[in-house]
Amino acid sequence: MRKYIDKKNTQKKAYYNDRFYKAPQIPKEEVDSDEVFAKDVESLRSKFNIKETYIQRGQLVVYIEPKDIVKVITFLRDELAYNFLSELSAIDWLAKSGEFEIFYQMLSTSKRKRMRVKYFIKEKQEIQSVMGIYKSADWAEREMYDMFGVKITGHHYMKRILMPDDWHDHPLRKTYPLHGDEEAQWYEIDKIFGKEYRDIIGPEERDSAKIVEKDTHNFARIKHEVPFGAEYSEEPVDTDYQEEDGILIVRKLSKKDVKILKERP
Amino acid sequence: MQKVNRLKPFFENLVFEREDNNMIINFGPQHPSSHGQLRLILELDGELVTRAIPDVGYLHRGMEKMAENMIYNEFLPTTDRMDYIASTSNNYGFALAVEKLIGLEVPRRAQIIRMMLLELSRLTSHLFWIATHALDVGAMTVFLYAFREREYAMDLFEEYCGARLTHSAVRIGGVPLDLPQKWLIHLMKFINDMPEAIETYEGLLDQNRIWKMRLEEVGVITPEMAQSWGCSGPMLRGSGIAWDIRKEEPYELYDEVEFDVPVSDRCDSYGRYKIHMQEMRESLKILKQLIPMYKETSPELMAHAPKYISAPKEQIMTQNYSLMQHFVLVTQGMRPPVGEVYVATESPKGELGFYINSQGDPYPYRLKLRAPSFWHTSILQELLPGQYLADVVTIIGNANIVFGEIDR
Repeated sequence: MRKYIDKKNTQKKAYYNDRFYKAPQIPKEEVDSDEVFAKDVESLRSKFNIKETYIQRGQLVVYIEPKDIVKVITFLRDELAYNFLSELSAIDWLAKSGEFEIFYQMLSTSKRKRMRVKYFIKEKQEIQSVMGIYKSADWAEREMYDMFGVKITGHHYMKRILMPDDWHDHPLRKTYPLHGDEEAQWYEIDKIFGKEYRDIIGPEERDSAKIVEKDTHNFARIKHEVPFGAEYSEEPVDTDYQEEDGILIVRKLSKKDVKILKERP
Repeated sequence: MQKVNRLKPFFENLVFEREDNNMIINFGPQHPSSHGQLRLILELDGELVTRAIPDVGYLHRGMEKMAENMIYNEFLPTTDRMDYIASTSNNYGFALAVEKLIGLEVPRRAQIIRMMLLELSRLTSHLFWIATHALDVGAMTVFLYAFREREYAMDLFEEYCGARLTHSAVRIGGVPLDLPQKWLIHLMKFINDMPEAIETYEGLLDQNRIWKMRLEEVGVITPEMAQSWGCSGPMLRGSGIAWDIRKEEPYELYDEVEFDVPVSDRCDSYGRYKIHMQEMRESLKILKQLIPMYKETSPELMAHAPKYISAPKEQIMTQNYSLMQHFVLVTQGMRPPVGEVYVATESPKGELGFYINSQGDPYPYRLKLRAPSFWHTSILQELLPGQYLADVVTIIGNANIVFGEIDR
């Protein structure tokens, strides 16, 4: 039987885990421990449904309802002086709970504080764009869609940004293999030459560390040097490194003529 | 074998108004002044840009995906390839984020060496910026002079860590090497020679008619725009907002050294040029203060945290337990606690942020790289319309974007 590979998460896992190891937790501090954050959370609570708040490593984390996002971000900008949206992205929890966690990293230059707004959405659930509030969300949301396939409504130009437009699947999902899926192997061949050339050219090798023993066209040969494109054989081949006509001044060097000194003269 | 018609450039699903006389041109991705693989799709009315669509992704290597499949120490050399003009600032940003995640204190000497490397990389980056920017605008002389000084700075890097471009000279928990003999003397010589060089550049450019005509009132970013588009670094300070992370949220020993944050209210390219020049002087000021600070420190270079950081080499070679720890850390990697951090540092280009979500595994569960250039490229779509085609080059050059960072 072929070994079963979990398709929910194709990413690398630790090969050794201590049975009794329990990972420690970075402490989550109470919001009251920081005056500025306490005030912010209080005013947020009076307007919105806040699920959970805590401070971790000096930054406030607030969990909200997905439907409130535009209002919350507007409120943060206009009322609480968080004037920068410095980062926005998703975390893939599909294998664990079928959800994406979306986070918005905010910065207030007047208060010198950073906070994170977060919420969970289901895999196919659409979220609202915050592009109207912070223009910086424009590309960040496109990247989030590109990498995770999170659908965003209200964005003016919802297109992939880093991957080609016709790329299959979303690379940062945990289900996506590190070296790309089968579509990725054929992508360039289909695009440049056409599908009919698949048999002639063959799939693209996407594992850069792969060694093909019998390949004499690329750098992947092992054991010994072989002339370019030569037939593969088990026997070692003597290769002269100099081209046929030789180089000016330098005498044609072949392995037979070389004298190997036993010791330094 | 190739079908020629399949290689025709095409505008994917882009809708342009074609009734008028507007012309659509493809700027890049292979263009000498696009500073990397930037493709701009420009709609022109005569020479005036009416619409601009930046297209990025030609250098996408999937660093975030790679990070999720690597142990923390393994990923550090990969960060070199983000902003390859100032690679130490990326190494440092990542190392600081992991240190914050596990709560490490770095020895004082390591902190000082790191700051020296950071400021030197800021200098190399700014020198590279002024050189290429001037070249784009047509001032060849500055390019040659600035590259000469950049070479001296790179020599210092080479003397310290052996590499000139991709240093990896910062490690999680400290730095691997102490400064070599005479390095401080060479640094001092560099510091003494630099101000004159900066004056030379300014002498060539400040009052230069062509330079002024091409930079003044070009690429105006209002403070509102800068905030909305998430600008940082010189792009933000050029709009009159005094925000330098080194000053406002000091890391390492930036609260112990004295330096100013140059700000300009001009909002245009010329203002940002002046800021870069001034920032180089401030970096030199910081470097100068660091030399006496270095001499007063004790020689520890790596943090003492056996759970996360290998012991010094001598200890590994002589003590069995340290050897075992080292073996585990190299083969399995460190396991930081469960939690998440976002750490921002002031890289030469702006706010370089690392968001790490750790689930207690040797691999980060999610790592997001917040590269300043990505956000500075997105602003082009608002900045370019209304400018002339010739100014596009000025604006791209002035934004100081590096494609290793944008596409990651």
